[in-house]
Amino acid sequence: MDRVVWILSSHASRLANDKAMSLSKEHIQRYSRQLLLPEIGVKGQEKLQRSSVLIVGAGGLGSPAALYLAAAGVGKLGIIDREIVALSNLHRQILHGTSDLGRPKSDSARDRLAHVNPEVGVVAIQGSFQAEDALTTLRGYDLVLDGSDNIVTRYVVNDACVLSDIPLVYGGVVGFRGQVMVIRPRQSACFRCVFPEPPQDGEIPSCQEAGVIGSAVGIVGSLMAHEALKALLGIGEELVNRLLMFDGVMSRWREVPVRRDPACAVCGETPTIQRPASLERPVCVEVQQEPFDSVLRLRSGPSPERKSRDSASPRSGRIQSEGEGEGTWPRNR
Amino acid sequence: MAVTVRIPTPLQRLTNGQAEVQCDGKTVSELLMDLEKHYPGIKERICDEQGKLRRFVNVFVNEEDIRFMQGDQTAVKSGDEVSIIPAIAGG
Repeated sequence: MDRVVWILSSHASRLANDKAMSLSKEHIQRYSRQLLLPEIGVKGQEKLQRSSVLIVGAGGLGSPAALYLAAAGVGKLGIIDREIVALSNLHRQILHGTSDLGRPKSDSARDRLAHVNPEVGVVAIQGSFQAEDALTTLRGYDLVLDGSDNIVTRYVVNDACVLSDIPLVYGGVVGFRGQVMVIRPRQSACFRCVFPEPPQDGEIPSCQEAGVIGSAVGIVGSLMAHEALKALLGIGEELVNRLLMFDGVMSRWREVPVRRDPACAVCGETPTIQRPASLERPVCVEVQQEPFDSVLRLRSGPSPERKSRDSASPRSGRIQSEGEGEGTWPRNR
Repeated sequence: MAVTVRIPTPLQRLTNGQAEVQCDGKTVSELLMDLEKHYPGIKERICDEQGKLRRFVNVFVNEEDIRFMQGDQTAVKSGDEVSIIPAIAGG
């Protein structure tokens, strides 16, 4: 037996006698390398097992974040995404593989996470994170990780988290650069404190002009998972009131201090936003371009049942589209 | 009186690919005018039709958000570093 696991198992046996520990021998083996860390240990691991995180978006950021949170043993992961897996996702959205093309991302994510750690309960939600039911969607989660792909959803997620008093890890990437920040509602600067309003109509650029490198979303998404784990464990210094920026061209990190805005519309002194609202602005999406035939050709041995399901019309009449981030800059119109 | 202005990636196409440029001015407003003089078209990306800073863009003088200082009338001096920081929404 691995010496580390043996030591931990001995320790666990003593704790188990006190009925103070819920970790099985398999748990101890699986998590042995993080159980060794004094910042985590058995108590921390149990905290993670009791924790739940909602991940908005199973894309470039949500993929590494979900994988690390699942691997670390977070008890429940909710994954919400409206899209289906497209070929142009695969260079960065590492939750999904070629055999998942045409499947809902939420389903693909659930299957992949179950493979990584079957102990984790995954709630797969196929749909958009909408203002109308945002508060209900968040209910019961300890933390939200926003890996969405458009500016409109960013504000809805932020406002819903502030109004629900649920900590939020924000991250965004475009091209080679990214940003990360942790939001403790009404204690630290929220997304709206830093960027008070989304772009106006007509100012949102075409996503098709934007590009992104997979390794950059991997770095930022992993950091988001890291901050989520720290928040759940209650350890270290949180990335609050600091906007951390990554420049992947120069491989440099930089941060600027940010602060709560007394005039913030959602967490300021006289808030005007009492519930999440739709912004009635265009969501930045890139229409899926791959012909379905090419998707089928690339699949590795799909079952006839799956072919049939994937050929069906989009569920609930939703338009299947692929958001790719916002990388260009608005012009005055 | 040279002030270093850090240009975010999407705007670097207007500054000939430069991530940092030197500008003159006693206030942020003057700096932005000087920036526009040397790199035409850049100001409209940072300010709206009324000349006000767009609400999804932040300007920091050294490490202070000018919204919590004197806005675009915030004073700058030689050696200061001004950063233009937009929200990033992709993922």
